[in-house]
Amino acid sequence: MTIEQTMKSFPKPSEIEVPAGAEGWEQLYPYNLVFDNAPGGDEKFWFCDSQHWPTVFKPFETIGGEFAVKCLGQYNTRHLLIPPANGIEFKIHLGYLYMSPVPVPEEEIPARVPEFERRAGHYFQNWDSLLEAWHSKVRATIDEMEELDFEPLPDVVPFDDIVSGKAMDGSQTLMENYDRLIALLYRNWQYHFEFLNLGYLAYLDFFGFCKEAFPGIPDQAIAKMVQGVDMELFRPDDELKQLAVKAVELGLQSAFANPDDVEGTLGAVRDAGGEEWLAAYDAAQDPWFNFTVGNGFYGHDKYWLEHQEIPLGYIKDYIRRVDEGQDIMRPVEELTAEKERIVGEYRDLLQGEARQHFDAKRGLAATAYPYVENHNFYIEHWTMGVFWRKVRDLARVFVDAGFWADPADMLYLNRNEVRDAIFDLVTGWAVGAEATGPHYWPAEIERRRGIIDALATRRPQPALNTPPAQITEPFTMMLYGITTEQVQQWLAGDEAGDDDAITGMAASPGVVEGVARVITSADQLGEVEEGEILVATITAPSWGPIFGKIKATVTDIGGMMSHAAIVCREYGLPAVTGTGSASTTILTGQRIRVDGNAGRVEILEG
Amino acid sequence: MNDYIVFFDSGHEPTLELLGGKCASLVSMTSAGMPVPPGFAVTTAAFDHFVDGSGLRAEIHARLAEIDPDDVASVDRVSAQIRDAIESREVPDDMHGVLRSAYAELMARFADEVPVAVRSSATAEDLPDASFAGQQDTYLWLTGYPSVSHHVRRCWASLYTSRAITYRLRNGIPDEDLSMAVAVQKMVNARTSGVAMTLDPSNGDRSKIVVDASWGVGEMVVSGQVTPDNLLLDKVMLTVVREHLGDKHAELVPDAQSGALVEREVEQARREVRCLSDEELHAVATMAKRAEKHYGCPQDVEWALDADLPDGDNLLLLQSRPETVHSAEPTSPSAPTTTSGTSGFSLSGLTASLTSC
Repeated sequence: MTIEQTMKSFPKPSEIEVPAGAEGWEQLYPYNLVFDNAPGGDEKFWFCDSQHWPTVFKPFETIGGEFAVKCLGQYNTRHLLIPPANGIEFKIHLGYLYMSPVPVPEEEIPARVPEFERRAGHYFQNWDSLLEAWHSKVRATIDEMEELDFEPLPDVVPFDDIVSGKAMDGSQTLMENYDRLIALLYRNWQYHFEFLNLGYLAYLDFFGFCKEAFPGIPDQAIAKMVQGVDMELFRPDDELKQLAVKAVELGLQSAFANPDDVEGTLGAVRDAGGEEWLAAYDAAQDPWFNFTVGNGFYGHDKYWLEHQEIPLGYIKDYIRRVDEGQDIMRPVEELTAEKERIVGEYRDLLQGEARQHFDAKRGLAATAYPYVENHNFYIEHWTMGVFWRKVRDLARVFVDAGFWADPADMLYLNRNEVRDAIFDLVTGWAVGAEATGPHYWPAEIERRRGIIDALATRRPQPALNTPPAQITEPFTMMLYGITTEQVQQWLAGDEAGDDDAITGMAASPGVVEGVARVITSADQLGEVEEGEILVATITAPSWGPIFGKIKATVTDIGGMMSHAAIVCREYGLPAVTGTGSASTTILTGQRIRVDGNAGRVEILEG
Repeated sequence: MNDYIVFFDSGHEPTLELLGGKCASLVSMTSAGMPVPPGFAVTTAAFDHFVDGSGLRAEIHARLAEIDPDDVASVDRVSAQIRDAIESREVPDDMHGVLRSAYAELMARFADEVPVAVRSSATAEDLPDASFAGQQDTYLWLTGYPSVSHHVRRCWASLYTSRAITYRLRNGIPDEDLSMAVAVQKMVNARTSGVAMTLDPSNGDRSKIVVDASWGVGEMVVSGQVTPDNLLLDKVMLTVVREHLGDKHAELVPDAQSGALVEREVEQARREVRCLSDEELHAVATMAKRAEKHYGCPQDVEWALDADLPDGDNLLLLQSRPETVHSAEPTSPSAPTTTSGTSGFSLSGLTASLTSC
């Protein structure tokens, strides 16, 4: 490394030019998340979490980032007292989320060790029973959330309430339910991290052991040794496959001519005598259709439950493949055998005490790690799916009251403004005068829309300020793939050009050549054709059915444990993740070569 | 169906009595996924039927009886007569064409006729003085059926050199059941070759495979005359951990005309690129792993990619021998010792790994 390189820095937040039309953007976000209002903005090293928040936040959507990153921190800092690591500080700059890990001062680390061991030890020793309780807690929160209604207020208080002397007009329900919705979401985000940090910790411990015992062992080998083969994250996709197989068995293929017409398709199934299939379809929906094509953090994310043309389209495609004689089920037995081979071969390389350590650490990681993959369905998909549905219900109450035209417009208010707007609404209704909202919000929403659109024209800086010489914080490396090398690569930018190759993480092994299909939003998934290589900014779990069609995946964002990496290992497809620029460099139709062993992507021809 | 001919890749039982030691080993290595240069054994059954069916057996017996063990000249004379008979006698009718069609079948695997080696494959190679027993003849770079056929007979005849006859007389080894198999095997035409070790020789790490590879025949790699491409692979995943390309300035290539290897300079373009593809590297490492498993200890494998064979079937194992430097050491080079417990989870290990960074 040359001196010049070590001196290189990312821009300071205060130096980045605000895109034209986005002036005043900082007013849209909570005061405590804006660099200008807090110390350290221009000094600390910040990296952009574009893995979870690849697009600009609308004001209401900051709730996911705030709850998630705050709750991540509390477990390190206050629950478990993880010796070297507190939480991750976070800010929003020009619409994107930036993070900065908070280390524990060297001198405070020893004192945390016994408390950490006592607390983490309790979890690891009682993993199964605590996890069972977790499922009940999370489920209860979701059930309670489902119960919350957001209904328009009646013209008059019902006579029964007069008779009973209730003496309340119903507006309190609207207000209480909104507060309750936020509180329940907060609760499940706290639960989200109850096991997550520990899951990563057990994985990191085994990871460190392997790197020492087998110098140079590929990261993906370690991942394969602890990964669950039968993950709940794959369950929604598996349900669709089973429905496709059933449809073929019952001879219902012709009913799926036009899955975009949901009612028509289900009606055609009924007319074809498919009662049994419809029963299975209904059963699969609860809970497995609480599945988003996005990542759960955005109000515009579509969920299968409300957009059944998506799962029905996938079922149609699976039906075609079954009819063509393809085996659409995941090769679970082969994957299990391969996992056992890998574990067995590494284990055989060790003897005596080292082998016992290997067994103990792998055993723990294999127990704790599946949570890291499975929790995602319960929180990001299911909880967030219900949450956004309720948010839309509330937004429709406002639409009916003339506050704004489209339920999605409410996302341009922050969550405290929504609270104020509810009071505005019920006040107008109560006093019998007009509410102010209909006169204020439409123009204000348009103004804010202009700012968000202007911010969205810019990709975020990958990081801000001067990076430390070495990045050692384990969670940052593990969760976000922020390593010393990665940061240097970002800094090197265009100069890095080793020939024409695009480089990233070697996330899933194998080498293939094929035609690229560049996808920048879930709405384009229908364009993907059999045998193509998927090139995307980022992928989501509900893209599962696509992975049965493609030959390899390349993403801009994500590490060894990103969704694309996990799914590709599961499907036995090569993957290169975290390339930074593949989706903007590669064009649909180009022949590319994906080397999932070396983390390289080459454009072969235009 | 007779068992006069056994191809190495036929999956035949590797029986010593029928195939001799060398051919039995070539058959069993091929079956174990370590393909040797293709070829076939002319079995002991073929030799037996030749000497029995042509009446040679009795004749040999009679002539040997004439020998005066103390008279060197009589040994030489009888040896010459027997060898002459073996080399010139017609095979029995029912053996006609057997060798010719086996040779043709072998040659049909290649675009053009390729040179072969003919070697004796004795059933008693493990005798301490096998060479004295006249059972280690080797003829290289033979082209065309007449030459091959002639040298098969020369191998047979080598059972009756003066030295072999004398050796048996002195050691009281009976002549009655004497037989021999002969290996007919393609000469390797190495496009790329090298060695593969099933551990990292720099530190004894057994989770690695090291591959050295260069253009042409492997002798220059083994003797250190060129700097080969050096690749370090993870043994379980077979991914490249470290790669260093050598300059590979020269290569040895076989010259069939002269029957020897000639050295030539490697042009610049080939020096700068890796001399084997990802698929080929994977195949080399997989074969080395198989050899280690087959022999039960770390191996040092010599291999070649044969230019006359189709891609995917062109990797040949030339030799596999135990690695001796590190093999005596314990298998885990740097076993981390951060965990105190021996079973279940120990938090102190996890704490140590967290606080060490």
